[in-house]
Amino acid sequence: MASSMFLAQRRWFLSLPRNLSNARFFSALPSEHPVSVSGPQNNVGPESNKFEKASSAPSSLKEPELAKFSAIADTWWDSEGPFKPLHKMNPTRLAFLRSTLCRHFRKDPLSARPFEGLRFIDVGCGGGILSEPLARMGATVTGIDAIEKNIKIARLHANLDPTTSTIEYCCTTAEKLVEEQRKFDAVIALEVIEHVADAAEFCKSLSALTAHEGATVVSTINRSMRSYATAIVAAEYLLQWLPKGTHQWSSFLTPEELTMILKRAGVDVKEMAGFVYNPLTGRWSLSDDISVNFIAYGTKEK
Amino acid sequence: MNRIFATKAGSDVYRLRIPWRPFSNDAAPLLSSQNAGNPEKGSEAKQYDIAIVGGGMVGLALACSLASRPLTRHLNVAIIDSNPALGRKHFIKKEDLPDPRVSTITPATISFFKDIGAWQFVEQHRHAYFDKMQVWDYTGLSYAKYNARDADKEVLGCVVENKVLLSSLLSRVQETVLPKKIYPSRLNSMSILPNSSSSEVDSMLSMTALFTHGRLAKLELEDGNSLYAKLVVIELAPVGADGGKSRVRELAGFRTTGWNYSQNAIICTVEHDVENHCAWQRFLPSGPLALLPIGDKFSNIVWTMSPKESSEFKSITEDNFLKAVNHALDYGYGPHPTPSILGSSDLFSWLKGGISKSANDCFEIPPKVVKLASERMAFPLSLRHANDYASKRVALIGDAAHTVHPLAGQGVNLGFGDASTLSSVISEGIAVGTDIGEVSLLKKYEADRKPANVMMMAVLDGFQKAYSVDFGPLNILRAAAFHGAHHISPLKKSIISYASGEMRLPLFA
Repeated sequence: MASSMFLAQRRWFLSLPRNLSNARFFSALPSEHPVSVSGPQNNVGPESNKFEKASSAPSSLKEPELAKFSAIADTWWDSEGPFKPLHKMNPTRLAFLRSTLCRHFRKDPLSARPFEGLRFIDVGCGGGILSEPLARMGATVTGIDAIEKNIKIARLHANLDPTTSTIEYCCTTAEKLVEEQRKFDAVIALEVIEHVADAAEFCKSLSALTAHEGATVVSTINRSMRSYATAIVAAEYLLQWLPKGTHQWSSFLTPEELTMILKRAGVDVKEMAGFVYNPLTGRWSLSDDISVNFIAYGTKEK
Repeated sequence: MNRIFATKAGSDVYRLRIPWRPFSNDAAPLLSSQNAGNPEKGSEAKQYDIAIVGGGMVGLALACSLASRPLTRHLNVAIIDSNPALGRKHFIKKEDLPDPRVSTITPATISFFKDIGAWQFVEQHRHAYFDKMQVWDYTGLSYAKYNARDADKEVLGCVVENKVLLSSLLSRVQETVLPKKIYPSRLNSMSILPNSSSSEVDSMLSMTALFTHGRLAKLELEDGNSLYAKLVVIELAPVGADGGKSRVRELAGFRTTGWNYSQNAIICTVEHDVENHCAWQRFLPSGPLALLPIGDKFSNIVWTMSPKESSEFKSITEDNFLKAVNHALDYGYGPHPTPSILGSSDLFSWLKGGISKSANDCFEIPPKVVKLASERMAFPLSLRHANDYASKRVALIGDAAHTVHPLAGQGVNLGFGDASTLSSVISEGIAVGTDIGEVSLLKKYEADRKPANVMMMAVLDGFQKAYSVDFGPLNILRAAAFHGAHHISPLKKSIISYASGEMRLPLFA
């Protein structure tokens, strides 16, 4: 595995204070054994140097929540645990990726492994719950995440299936990979952008990682009254699907804003869809209703 | 590189050992000849995507259905069944008399068979479509006649011998590209370990390691073979009181709910002087008697009665048995129904234009049976339903998930519905890169099939219960329901559609 361990975005949960992407913060970041609530190793000692180095790279990251998430990182693969909503939503997100990316790359949608030969990056991969299915669909997947512990869990889990053991997991940031001039056929950042401090910078990095004629896919939560009611009041307080404070409503982007900042970053949004949860069946489905959760697929402009 | 940090491997392993009884499934009469195929003893364990335990009709239908979908046709499938018929190519001789083990398959099942490419093989053998069905009871009050044209259909169903269905599915699965291997053996034990990704592992990708981490189920067979699979599908018919088969299901952690009807069914093949194209069913005090056409001049009899009666009817002479059948289908136990008793269609005249086309079809007496064409077999009836159809890496289909009253011959249709849904769920899972043994995926199959199966079981059980009482007012109520079913066209259409396997909820669709 790449020995360069850097920091990166986290998928899904980060949302405390904003604009924290300066060096001071990085030195306080979770290390290889992240600051976990119960974890015995809060040892930031020798590792902290590494992070100070890492912090010299520009990053759109918000950090203080990293500790919070690393505390529950062990439960990534417990489909009934804290990440249950993500597990439930996963097939629907993948259905969107499958249909748009098959069309984009002119691949056979009836193939079991349509993405054979394509390089995908899952930005903010968490425990790898999106990376693994993408690998099973044939893609050569790189998963990156800011939390070392997530990367460890993702790697351990992926190693247990020959079809997913090929995934390259790195604890690094999108910005860092841009510096390394890495390119991917598809750059996928699902449920991440609402957790970064500077969405515009983040989109620029995603765009820079996208190869010529490649695709960029971003999903997030709309800043609407309904999203406040469902994603925050219902999901965090009433149903307690998500830890309280997981999301900060004001940092959500509307579809128009996302389209605009992607456009400025050179990504032309071609298609957008909403995810709708049916409380009766307990299933998510794709829909035209983008008022709460939505996903956008764009292509790199020439 | 792959350094693994660990807490501890999961400890609550569940494992089952099954003292196996002979594995007689629906095609049991075919078992007579010697064991087919000798597997290499103790050969190295192989890994499969799916292991189907029980290569009965539903298990083979699942294999065919997987073979017919683009996303699943390359899955590696192992079929474990000791039925030697599975090792042979053509095990049906044209000159054989019809086997008494038959299934009444619905139009929905017929189109499923066409979709999976197996119907062409059924058509090469004996099968009998019927487009009429007459149902009446011993009180002379209730009577209904269904005609396919009431629901704008060609046929109401088709009666096919189970061995024809089995061999057709086998022929189909053999000609497909699906990578499959049939293990002519029985399951000895199955074990699935809990998921773990947190122990130190040396040889990461060996099958044993994958098994240790809950990524594969391990199956050990009686012949010494063992194999690993991502998903184990169990299709086992619990035959009567013999718990041998349902044991697999129960030890695999599946609980069932159910009861035995203190009833046996006698089944046999009979011959008429004329051809029969109608399905007949008469409710007698001890249970329903069904006479189903199975092609040429043959019909199949399924006669439900008390265990005591069944042993009696099994042992009486052929002549006496035929007499008893003809009597029961005619004036025995009560009069012919007379349409005037409940005022005929006048009763429903308020339902303008709703009178069904066949409402004026008269009651007919079924053709006389003249000859017994098979031995008489008796088996006990029970209703059994698994509380869950899916757990980690295991799914139940067909009789492993539900056994129903044979009334209306719906049992196997429910099983084919399971096979169709399960293969479609697996295909959807593969489309989005899911591990096919993932319980969240398999629960989708359960969520889809359970309500449908429970509904049909409740309807059939209700019928059975309604007829297990001989009580004046109830008889009238029953009669009224029958009359309604006979005369009100939309109702009749709904009943036919439901019985055809095309609707989920009767009457309210």
